[in-house]
Amino acid sequence: MNDSDMPIIDSKTLREKIKDNSIRIVDVRREQDYQQGHITNAINLPLAKLLADDSAESIQKIAQDLGISDETSVAVYDDTFGALSSRVVWALQYIGHQDAKLLDVTYSQWKSLGFEISTEVPEIESTIHSVKINPEIMATAEYLEKVKENKNVVIIDNRERLNFLEQHIPGAINIPYRTLSTEGKILRTKDGMKNLLKNRGISEDAEIITYCGSVGTLSGLAYYALKSVGLPNVKLYVHSFKEWKNLEKPIDKQENADYWDLSAE
Amino acid sequence: MAQQLRPSKPADKQPKIDWSRRQEAENFAETVKLFRQGKIDPDMFRRFRLQHGAYGTRMTDDYAMVRIKVPAGQIYPYQLEKIAQLSEMYSIGSAHFSTRENIQLHWVILEDVSEIMQSLTDVGMTSREACGNTVRNVMCSPLSGVCKDEIFDATPYALAIAKFMLRNPICQGLPRKFKFNFTCCEKHGMIRIVDVGLLPQIQEIDGEQRKGFKIFLGGGLGNRSFVGHQLEDFTPIEDLLYTSMAVIRIFDRLGDRKNMARNRMRYLVNDMGWEKFQNLVLKERAIVKATQSVIVKLNVDDSINEIKRPISINDESVSIPDGFARWQKTNVEKQSQDGFNSVFIGLESGDITANQLRIAAELIRDYSAEGFARNGFSQNIVIRYVHDDDLKSLYSKLLETGLAKTGSLTMASAVGCSGTTSCNLALTNSHRLAKEIQRKFLELKLDEDDDLRDSSIKISGCPNSCGQHEVATIGFYGGGGRHETNMFPNYTMSLGGRFDQGAMLGHHTARIPVKRVIPVILKIIELYKENKQSDDTLDKWINRIVNGNESSKIKSVEDIKKTISTFLIPPKIEDEPEFYMDYGSDTSYHTITGKGECAA
Repeated sequence: MNDSDMPIIDSKTLREKIKDNSIRIVDVRREQDYQQGHITNAINLPLAKLLADDSAESIQKIAQDLGISDETSVAVYDDTFGALSSRVVWALQYIGHQDAKLLDVTYSQWKSLGFEISTEVPEIESTIHSVKINPEIMATAEYLEKVKENKNVVIIDNRERLNFLEQHIPGAINIPYRTLSTEGKILRTKDGMKNLLKNRGISEDAEIITYCGSVGTLSGLAYYALKSVGLPNVKLYVHSFKEWKNLEKPIDKQENADYWDLSAE
Repeated sequence: MAQQLRPSKPADKQPKIDWSRRQEAENFAETVKLFRQGKIDPDMFRRFRLQHGAYGTRMTDDYAMVRIKVPAGQIYPYQLEKIAQLSEMYSIGSAHFSTRENIQLHWVILEDVSEIMQSLTDVGMTSREACGNTVRNVMCSPLSGVCKDEIFDATPYALAIAKFMLRNPICQGLPRKFKFNFTCCEKHGMIRIVDVGLLPQIQEIDGEQRKGFKIFLGGGLGNRSFVGHQLEDFTPIEDLLYTSMAVIRIFDRLGDRKNMARNRMRYLVNDMGWEKFQNLVLKERAIVKATQSVIVKLNVDDSINEIKRPISINDESVSIPDGFARWQKTNVEKQSQDGFNSVFIGLESGDITANQLRIAAELIRDYSAEGFARNGFSQNIVIRYVHDDDLKSLYSKLLETGLAKTGSLTMASAVGCSGTTSCNLALTNSHRLAKEIQRKFLELKLDEDDDLRDSSIKISGCPNSCGQHEVATIGFYGGGGRHETNMFPNYTMSLGGRFDQGAMLGHHTARIPVKRVIPVILKIIELYKENKQSDDTLDKWINRIVNGNESSKIKSVEDIKKTISTFLIPPKIEDEPEFYMDYGSDTSYHTITGKGECAA
C-alpha cells in the first residue's frame, strides 16, 4: 500500500489541503466543544449522531448532509485518542467511500502545535453519495463465530486488561487501545506497531477481527493501527462485546485470581 | 497577599546512573519466541525470565509480572511518568510499589515484556536481576540523608553496591536470591532481616574519624525466619566491597543448591553456626583483599545533590485545608535539615493508578527541593525536601487526586503482599485484606492515636513472608480452614514481631477466620486500652506480653487467645455465608495454588 492509499493523513498534508480548500474536515467531538473552536473549515458530526442509527442509508444521509460526495477527500479527527474518528472513517469506508482518512493527531495535539483553528462554521451544501457496501471490512457475530476456530484468524480485544481478564470472546488476544498510540500521535510508529505484532506472533497474512466494549471505537482505532502497517485483511466487529454478550455467545474468563483488587481505581 | 511569581520550572533532574542495557530487551523478545516454539526447555526459560525481572503469574503461563528495580529507592519524575504510560499500555492501568522499593507491573502479556524493557531503557531503568537467584534490588532507607538519627548518608554506598553487583558474573547463579539493605538508623531500616544489612557508623581510629558500617548477616524472612548477626564491631568503608564479595563467595560456594526450600543464606548460617560462618567471612575477606590482580574498588559518587526549592508560595495565601493537621501528624517527618520535611504518600497495599503516578511526578517537580523521590519500605512513596511553607499547598494538591491518605507513618498503613491477585503461591487475598484494614483504621481515626503509631500490621497470603508478617506488631499469614464440609480462608496471627535493634519474630497466637481479622485487631486494641500503663504504647505492651513481662490482667499470649476465642468459632454457613468467602470474592472459598518460583 502506498502512503497515499493509507487511511491516515498527517498534519502537514492536512494544512496544505486546508489552504487550497480541497478537503472536507469532520470534527466528531460534541457540539459544544466544536463551537468553542475547531480545525479551520471543519464541520461537526458528533459521534452520537452516527451511532444513533448506523445503517448504510443513515450513513449515506449523514455523508450527503456533510457535503461529502463519492469523490470528496475527507479527514476526520476527535479529541479521544482517535477512537471516535476511527469509527467515523470506518463507517464512510463501509458505504464505499474511497478517500476518508484519519488525522494522525487529536484536536488538543493539533492546537498545542499552534496550527489553524477557528470558531467559524463553514457553509455546507448537501450533495449525493452512493452506497456500495464494502462487506470485507465488517465482521458480524455470526461471521466471527463461524471463523474463529480457523488457524489463520486472530481475534483482537482492544479493551483494557482488567476487562479482558474478566471476560472475553474465547480465543481472543488482548491489545489494549493504549498500546496503539505513541506520544504526540494517535498511532504508534510503523516500526513500533510491526514490532508489537512480531512479538505477538501475528503474521501479516492473518485475517484479523478487532472488537471492543460496545460500538467499535477502540477497536476502530485498532483497525487503523493494523491498516497503517499495511495488513490486508482486517475486519471490525462493529457491535463488539456488548452484542456478543446479549446474544449469549460463549465467554472466557481468567479464573482463580483476584486481579481487580490490584487496581487502585 | 496573592501567590508570588513562580520562577519557571527547572529542567528535570537526571539520575546519575543508567541501569539499563538496550540489547537485553531484544534478546528477551527472541528468547520468548524460541520458548513458545518449544525450542527452549521450560526450566531454562524460567530461569532466564526471572533473571530479567519477569515473574510468573497466578494460574497462567500467558502473563508475567515485571518487577522494575529502583536501587536505593531513588525515583525520578520522568521515570514515574514512563511507568504510568507502561501500566496503561501493557498492564492493568495501575502500578504497584513493593516492600523492597521495586515498582511492579502485573498481568503483562509475556510477549509484551520486551516492549516494557525497551521503554525502560529510555529512562535508565531496568528489571534485570529483580527476580531469580541474584542480588535483588539494593535497598536504602527512604530517609537516608535526611534522618535526624543517622550518622551519615548511606545512599552513595547503596548505589555503588547496586552498580557493582548488577550484571556482575559473580552473582548470576547464586544458590538463591540475595538481599542488601542499607539504612539511616535502626528504626527506619530493616537491616536484621536480610542477607546483608548495613547501618552507618563513625569510629575514631588513630585519632581520625572513619566512616564505616555495622554489618548484619544471615537474617531473612520466609517459611523459616532468622534475625541477622553482627559481623564485627565496625567495618570501615574501605572494607565494604571486600566484605560483600566475601559473603557472596561463601554463599555461592557453600549454599545449598539442592533443597530449594532452604537455600537462602540464613539456613547456611544457621546450619553452620554463627561463629563458624563469621570466621569464614573474615578469612574470605582477607583472601579477597590479598589475591586481587587488579585493585577492585567501589565507585562511590558522594557528590552533593543540589537542593533548590522549586517554587515559593506565600503561606498566607493558602487557607488551611480540611484534615491538614491529621495528615501532617501522620504523614510528615521533619528532616535534619532546617525547614524541610519528608512527606509520605500512603497507597493502599502499594497500588497507584497511572493518573496518580503522573500527578505524583508533577508534585515532585513542584515541591521537592532535591527533584526526585524515594520509594519507601511500606509500599509507599516519599517526597523529601518539602519546605515548611509548602506543606499546606502540597497537601491540597494530594487531596485532589486521592493521594492524601492519612496514617502513612502509623499502624493504619497495613502492608499486604499481592496474594491471590497475582501470585501462584497465595492461599488468600492478603492484598485486599490490607486495604480493608487500612480503610477501617482511617474510618475510626486510629491513625491519630499516638499509642498505636509505632505498631504495624503486615499480611502475607501464604506462609512465605513477602508481606513481612513476622516482623509486624500484629502479623498475619493466610491459609485455609474447614468447618464441617465447608472451607473458609483464615490467617495465622503472630504478635510482637519487630525489626529494630530488639529484632524478633512474632509469636504465633491463633488462626483467625478472615472475616474476623478486623474485629480481632480492634479487640486487641481494646484490651490494650483497658490494661495499658501510663506512657504506654501498643507495641510495648504486646512486647511485654510475648516476653512474659506483663503484670496486668493479660499476661500471656494464652490470655489474649482466651479473650478472642469467641471470634474463632465458625458460624453455620446458612447464617453467615460471607464467612466462607474471601475478600474480593462472592463464591465459596477453596485453596488453589500453582507452582512457586521463589526457589526457581
